Amino acid sequence: MTEFYEDGDNIADTKAPDGPIETRWERRRFGAKLVNPANKRKLTVIVVGTGLAGGSAAATLAELGYHVKSYCYQDSPRRAHSIAAQGGINAAKNYRGDGDSIHRLFYDTVKGGDFRSRESNVRRLAEISVEIIDQCVAQGVPFAREYGGLLDTRSFGGAQVSRTFYARGQTGQQLLLGAYQALERQIGAGNVEMNARHEMLELIIVDGRARGIVVRDLVSGEITTEFADAVVLASGGYGNVFYLSTNAKGCNVTASWRAHRKGALFANPCYTQIHPTCIPVSGDHQSKLTLMSESLRNDGRVWVPKAKGDQRAPGAIPEDERDYYLERIYPAFGNLVPRDIASRAAKNVCDEGRGVGPGGLGVYLDFADAIQRLGRAAVEAKYGNLFEMYQRITGEDPYEVPMRIYPAVHYTMGGLWVDYDLQSTIPGLFVIGEANFSDHGANRLGASALMQGLADGYFVLPNTIGDYLAAGPFDKLTADHDQVAAARQQVEDRITRLLAINGDRTVDSFHRELGRIMWEYCGMERTDEGLRKAISLIRDLKAEFWQRVRVPGDGEGLNQSLEKAGRVADFFELAELMCIDALHRTESCGGHFRAESQDADGEAKRDDEHFSYVAAWEWGGEDAQPVLHKEDLDFEYVHPSTRSYK
Amino acid sequence: MRLKLRVWRQTGPDDAGRMVTYEVDDVSPDMSFLELLDVLNEKLILGGEEPIAFDHDCREGICGACSLVINGTPHGPQKATTTCQLHMRTFSDGDSIDVEPWRARAFPVIKDLVVDRTAFDRIIQAGGYITAPTGSAPEAHSVPVPKPDADAAFEAATCIGCGACVAACPNGSGMLFTAAKITHLGLMPQGQPERDSRVLNMVHAHDEEGFGGCTNSGECTAVCPKGIPLAAISQLNKDFLHAVRAKS
Repeated sequence: MTEFYEDGDNIADTKAPDGPIETRWERRRFGAKLVNPANKRKLTVIVVGTGLAGGSAAATLAELGYHVKSYCYQDSPRRAHSIAAQGGINAAKNYRGDGDSIHRLFYDTVKGGDFRSRESNVRRLAEISVEIIDQCVAQGVPFAREYGGLLDTRSFGGAQVSRTFYARGQTGQQLLLGAYQALERQIGAGNVEMNARHEMLELIIVDGRARGIVVRDLVSGEITTEFADAVVLASGGYGNVFYLSTNAKGCNVTASWRAHRKGALFANPCYTQIHPTCIPVSGDHQSKLTLMSESLRNDGRVWVPKAKGDQRAPGAIPEDERDYYLERIYPAFGNLVPRDIASRAAKNVCDEGRGVGPGGLGVYLDFADAIQRLGRAAVEAKYGNLFEMYQRITGEDPYEVPMRIYPAVHYTMGGLWVDYDLQSTIPGLFVIGEANFSDHGANRLGASALMQGLADGYFVLPNTIGDYLAAGPFDKLTADHDQVAAARQQVEDRITRLLAINGDRTVDSFHRELGRIMWEYCGMERTDEGLRKAISLIRDLKAEFWQRVRVPGDGEGLNQSLEKAGRVADFFELAELMCIDALHRTESCGGHFRAESQDADGEAKRDDEHFSYVAAWEWGGEDAQPVLHKEDLDFEYVHPSTRSYK
Repeated sequence: MRLKLRVWRQTGPDDAGRMVTYEVDDVSPDMSFLELLDVLNEKLILGGEEPIAFDHDCREGICGACSLVINGTPHGPQKATTTCQLHMRTFSDGDSIDVEPWRARAFPVIKDLVVDRTAFDRIIQAGGYITAPTGSAPEAHSVPVPKPDADAAFEAATCIGCGACVAACPNGSGMLFTAAKITHLGLMPQGQPERDSRVLNMVHAHDEEGFGGCTNSGECTAVCPKGIPLAAISQLNKDFLHAVRAKS
């Protein structure tokens, strides 16, 4: 027991098959029980979230013959935030003949994750990557093509082979529309019951199994209990705990957090990916940050002035007074170093006083060389939409002046703990995509999130969930069952409580303040002292929230303030756990940089001897400390080495 | 900047609705239009009023959730721009701005500026997909797609389903949305087997939802934030006629 948490038992079984890694997935699939087609009709699965993971899972499960109930808070499943992913999706197709292979994708991903992911999972991901591209092409996803009609690829941060498939700067959109269309086909066929504008507010557990959810219809305000034989959470990441992030405004942790409070372990919450190429903050009114695809770093060169406080316009700074710092420090990878490395390097030059733009929080991403080398038309063809978007937001023309970029919160590698079958610690509760923790380790390489979302949804879960469902269907439930009624009551009490406070501060004002604390103390750089301070500030702010927040209106209809209030309330609890996780991990790895743990060059110093594990946290109770369970990580095939990109 | 906003307030589908005037000070030119509404809403909440309900999510011009008819134009005055990407530098100090929801028979108002666009989903359900079962797809390189076709398909596929086309159309037609999907899938070899049934089913669903017919007024493409061209509708008409003839 420590000041902030208690120690629990180690996690003994991840259900990963042992033996040769090349055949683990095949053997697991073969070992999984099958459900007779006639019995699938009798089984119901709830899927929460309709992004790449949830949309593809719901479509595939329905296609297999299960009855699926799908939920999203947006007005249409097509609007899930996967749609905003810009850059691309990796696959070990080796179409370029540049030495790529399933093993190399596996190797790069384990190394890129800073040796904090599971070998078995990542190996499976690399294998499935090949099938994903086939699947998406068959669906009509308009990937970029070469003149000969074959698929084009490009390279992405952290890789030296060209394995990223893309659809201009809108790959996420096209992949999501593919999954959405497959889902709509199943809705049209009557195999999926779609519930848009519905939010999951509680998990229903009966006899130790996940058996349903409590949802609120965001239009009517009606609260209902929904039952199934298994529940799948595909509800995305929790980056919005920072208030400013590249997430959509509605992204939230509520579905995961409600499950966590009911017993699902939450793993590695402190691993936050900070994306190096976002448009810098312009003012206090700012509601979100916009990412500029990492693919821009293929042709854009990152630099700052060599001299501190150089206020000249970028064009007036001569070549020899510029510091192309990524090319200088990391000559082998240059501008294509992984995200955590590029982000920290940008922070460092800005901390030195060499940042550009308002407040000195920005670095240049310059296309002058590329325009000269390739011509404006070629640059426009590759990145036109991104340039346009930049111009809209900043009012500056990136063809004429370099873009200004700064790191921003983008993706969360932590999430609910799952085993190899993607099942959480609650039987019958499966978690896929960004909502789980399993494949990216402490750092996520570019173009691997789309890969994981679709791998989980199209290929992994539909195989593994059958093994669980083979024991179903389970007893029929009704709304008056004790545990069902209790879950519903919890939701109603919470809403009543939020509406009754009627204080003098808006939900947004609390969220912004929480975000500032998190960015300051649990952002790109963390210290023991800062994290302790953050925990105390969060606790105070949370107490104030429950006394002073004002949620206007009532629960009987569309009430966007009420929606936000519930989500922010959960962010407070998550934020505290993130800080506790970051505090206990006294090493630097991936997106988690502890200032106390760095080498003489200021590079992150990992501590494999003490921290080569997944930190999976158990909810301790309202007034008790969380309990830490460790899952030891074994590296048989990719031996941990210092992750150097020099 | 100081602005005067006249905003459509409607408590629910059965309320008649009305324009309500609000003054907003300290508007920064760097704000997006939705951030302007955020600032106004915080003021309303603290003043004891209900905030204005509006749809939004990604705020980077891609999810298609944001809407708003601004001074009579869906997504406002800037071409090829969603409301979330419209910045206040487009406006001037002292301007008066009208803000209304999408208005179309097939998009009923839910509250204030929020409308129901699920009719679009049902058009997709009718055939806006390729029937490709998971896990049995042919190798991706087995069917080459000429680059010009792939590029043209991509252009059509960039439709974000926001519904501005419907809001701008004097007939309340959703033809540009429907045509974008038909063009996208029809340009690719994978989309050929279902090409005829797709266009017949989608156009039928479109009409059933209460969208009006297309009379080529072109208002839709003028406001489309993704620049989907009118040529998509020509393609739809061509495919439709072909399908009707093939059927008879």
